[in-house]
Amino acid sequence: MREQLEAIQAEALERISQTEDMKELQDIKVTYLGKKGSLTGVLRGMGKLSKEERPVVGEIANKVRESITAALDEKNEKLEQLQLEEQLEAETIDVTLPGRPVKVGGAHLLSSIVQELEDLFIGMGYEVREGPEVETDFYNFEALNLPKNHPARDMQDTFYITNELLLRTHTSPVQARTMQEYKGEKPVKMICPGKVYRRDTDDATHSHQFTQIEGLYVDKNVRMSDLKGTLDTFAKKMFGEDREIRLRPSFFPFTEPSVEMDISCKVCNGEGCSVCKGTGWIEILGGGMVHPKVLEMGGYDPEVYSGFAFGMGPERIAMLKYGVNDIRQFYTNDIRFLKQYHKA
Amino acid sequence: MLVSYNWLKNYVDLGDLTPEELAAKITKSGIEVESVEYVAEKSTDVVVGYVESCEQHPNADKLNLCQVDVGDQKLQIICGAPNIAEGQKVAVAKPGAILPGNFKIKKVKLRGVESNGMICSLKELGIEEKYVPTDLADGIFVFPEDATVGENVDERLNLNDAVLELDVLANRADALSMLGVAYEVGAILDQPVQLPEEAVTVIDEENVKSYISVEVEAADLNPYYGAFLIRNVEIKPSPLWMRNYLMAAGIRPINNVVDITNFVLLEYGQPLHAFDYDKFDSEKVLVRRATEGETIVTLDDQTRTLSEKNLVITNGKEPVALAGVMGGANTEVTAETKNVLLEAAYFDSSSVRGTVKQTGLRSESSTRYEKGVDPNRVKKAGSRACLLMEQFANGKVAAGVAEFDELDRSGKTVEMDINQINKRLGTEMKPDEVISILKRLKFEFEQNGTVFSVQAPTRRRDITIFEDMLEEVARMYGYDNLPFTLPQGASQAGALTQRQSLKRKVKNYIQGVGLMETLTYSLTNATDMKRLVSPEIREQAVAPVALAMPMSEEHKYLRLSILPELLRALAYNSARNHANLGYYELGSIFICDEEKVSKQPDEKLRVSGAITGKWLEHPWQQEKKDVDFYLVKGIVEGLIDHLDLNVSFRQAKIDDMHPGRCAVIEMNEQVVGFIGQLHPALAKEMDLKETYVFDVNLEEVFVAYEDIPSYTQIPKYPSIARDIAFILDENIHAGDVKDLIEEIGAPLVNQVGIFDVYQGANLEEGKKSVAYSLLYQHPDKTLKDDEVEESYQKIIEAVHEKFNAYVRS
Repeated sequence: MREQLEAIQAEALERISQTEDMKELQDIKVTYLGKKGSLTGVLRGMGKLSKEERPVVGEIANKVRESITAALDEKNEKLEQLQLEEQLEAETIDVTLPGRPVKVGGAHLLSSIVQELEDLFIGMGYEVREGPEVETDFYNFEALNLPKNHPARDMQDTFYITNELLLRTHTSPVQARTMQEYKGEKPVKMICPGKVYRRDTDDATHSHQFTQIEGLYVDKNVRMSDLKGTLDTFAKKMFGEDREIRLRPSFFPFTEPSVEMDISCKVCNGEGCSVCKGTGWIEILGGGMVHPKVLEMGGYDPEVYSGFAFGMGPERIAMLKYGVNDIRQFYTNDIRFLKQYHKA
Repeated sequence: MLVSYNWLKNYVDLGDLTPEELAAKITKSGIEVESVEYVAEKSTDVVVGYVESCEQHPNADKLNLCQVDVGDQKLQIICGAPNIAEGQKVAVAKPGAILPGNFKIKKVKLRGVESNGMICSLKELGIEEKYVPTDLADGIFVFPEDATVGENVDERLNLNDAVLELDVLANRADALSMLGVAYEVGAILDQPVQLPEEAVTVIDEENVKSYISVEVEAADLNPYYGAFLIRNVEIKPSPLWMRNYLMAAGIRPINNVVDITNFVLLEYGQPLHAFDYDKFDSEKVLVRRATEGETIVTLDDQTRTLSEKNLVITNGKEPVALAGVMGGANTEVTAETKNVLLEAAYFDSSSVRGTVKQTGLRSESSTRYEKGVDPNRVKKAGSRACLLMEQFANGKVAAGVAEFDELDRSGKTVEMDINQINKRLGTEMKPDEVISILKRLKFEFEQNGTVFSVQAPTRRRDITIFEDMLEEVARMYGYDNLPFTLPQGASQAGALTQRQSLKRKVKNYIQGVGLMETLTYSLTNATDMKRLVSPEIREQAVAPVALAMPMSEEHKYLRLSILPELLRALAYNSARNHANLGYYELGSIFICDEEKVSKQPDEKLRVSGAITGKWLEHPWQQEKKDVDFYLVKGIVEGLIDHLDLNVSFRQAKIDDMHPGRCAVIEMNEQVVGFIGQLHPALAKEMDLKETYVFDVNLEEVFVAYEDIPSYTQIPKYPSIARDIAFILDENIHAGDVKDLIEEIGAPLVNQVGIFDVYQGANLEEGKKSVAYSLLYQHPDKTLKDDEVEESYQKIIEAVHEKFNAYVRS
């Protein structure tokens, strides 16, 4: 009987190893282990064995069953694996077809620039302040050392609504309002971004509406060299570490001394080209030390406090940094324009 | 201000500096030089030639055959100019010469006769036509006797001169004169300034006072008026060098008397005016305010009607000049003028500015008066002009000056402490450096230790306080030499305010769901100003906010809604074959709640969006769907959800919106905006496909926003989901049923959603099936089936009762 069992085992294992088919494997299982299977058949004959032989043969029979079962399971797993692989192979798709589209929006280039500037100055300890776009003559002009009839008022052609109300021509009134709010009691360190308006005819370089960001720092012992260092930090972060800055004297009624800041031309690296009109420098912003009258009107004693202020135009920055050559593009909202810069 | 390089050399030594190098230095020190241009393009081989003979061309009536000595040779040249004559010294372009415009001169035959060169006009030599004197406009240029035959014409005609265009800002009125520029350049280069001659050589025995007296009735507007008299002038062209300088400075030469007043105006920055004394018709100058309605014909032959705001020069009877702006035609200097009455006066800036604004007349004179002239140069300029008239108009200058004089000629004294300078600039300057700077500037000063008492010259009227001197010292020290430092003050934390963060949050959300941010104009036209205004704003806005002087009707009113401009942007793109768009803008609208604008309007922040066409352009797997109401609603619901707030939508009718597809957004029973389909008629008018919009009042939304939401315990107990479908009359709002389910189901029903709406086969006509999903959840215990079942039945009953609805089996 032992021989019989061993023969069954050998035969079964042989057949299991040969088969590559699930159905056949199932048949093999039935053939050997099923109710009418050959192993079962052999075991039925156990009753004829002696008491002594029975456990020995039983043990062998169990081992045979276990080995066949294990071989069946192993083969089964292997075949299932193969089957799955085959099935997955059949499920191959065209990966070059486009993905299911997701509508992608984005920020306007000027918003991106304003946000970048806000974050840059927040990092240097500035707060962001905002103010009304319709301003009083007082905050837009008088509080900034531009009394009525001041010749410099011609520099800014203004949209008036009434004699006293106007569309702000710069964001400087926010500075005046902030100083008044702080009552000369604590330092002011702020930037103010926003829309401004001038009585200009729209063309490639003029827009009756545009954006501005101004900064103001008032404290005890503020030096002009601090303005220079601050602007240098800004220019390098905004335009690249390899940019140089240069300050030139200028004139604004609300600052004294006043400066105009140029950065070295990126196109020619300061050598002189058509972009910088051969000078090697490009004008970026204006600023200066806050005029004592402006400090005074803001409630700050110019004997105790000093400060610097600066103002720049995000449109100009965008035009230089991204090569936009017509300011009207910012307000036309051509999708082809917006898409170019929505990740800027 | 146009500054001739060659002219400037008369007052200050420019060394070896090229015009470009000089321009760079001036720019860096504070006055921006906008451009450097040469008077004429470079030409070669143009020399002075002597016309030895001039005969008519044998074969042409209008041409002359000339024999011209050009020094090294004699040339036969054919010339067509009407003013050519024997004995003239003329500009000759020799064969091989190149004239401006790359015009090469060659030997040619004209009507069978050889011509070896060309006799040139000023225009042909490269001088802009508008500056060429009228008497020289139609012919060749003729040199004065002293020109040397064979010499190159460039220098004599100032063709090699460069003109620097200075952008003079409001504070530097001093740089509107050659002398002012000379002082500036002298300071930059550390060079002395050579002042012009002023003293008349021959004093006439006649005194000016026997011819003219001066009376001023408006001393506040005219604190100084000086009248000079120059008799027996000979009107003729001014000397060549003067004409050259004037042309370089952009002024067309007229005649010697007029040219001299212009020359001195440019030289001193002091306007002068020459009257024809014989036409003056009086022996008295009376300066007064004009009377209302009084008229004057100005030199440009325009009749000007005046008012009391205008200051006029009169002969005691009628106005002869608009003070500081322009002279009158009746006393104009002409070729027949014999005796000149010369005005050198100081007029108040604001008065001149007023007249300029009123008349729109702006002249070289008015520009200088508007910015303020140097009180110490008025009379000197008069003297200088007298000297030049003596020299170049053969005039006899009467002794003395008839004048009215209440002019304050004192300058300001400014104190500055070098320690204060260093503290403010961040420098470590020594007194010697400051002294050297003050000397370069030619400012007088007294020093007392570290304190300097500086006498600001009256030409620099912009210097009145310490900070002005601080700038002078800083710019002469060089802004380049200032150190780079960062503020030393106590640092503070910079941060966005909650409102600013919320704006970014809203923008990020909307961009995240697929809309593109735009920026449109705040100023709009009368039609758009009234369009698509949210109902709550329409209630508040009483009067439009309009510009007093708009540039155009298109940009006249401040907007009450962002949408009209946003739709224009869509239309613009749609017209260019980009018809599938989602745009939004976050910005202010301007509300005036009074009948007439008297205070600042309320500026209210809104976010508005518009979508049109297909939402997704190439969804190959899905159906290409047009945008619809529920897309725009989903965007708004998402926004509100993103801010953890609640709103409801109520069907509404709004002008310019589809009457059946529009809803107002309500928060705490207040309208905070609207959504819906743009009225198809308006869409058609704008050439837009079906377009949906939203408009949300961010002010109200931000007020409701809670910064830190309170914590809600995450439920520990299992929830039970139940679905239920009702068959409803089709006109019943699914949202109303949902509201009822929530009401009846509370507090066990935690969430109600609508997951299917069906109309069609298997349903009675006029009915629809709406399927709701209910989520039961108790915070403190596991719900039992019968509790859920009880609530579920109550809901079914309630819905049946209120809406006559049945459960769909």
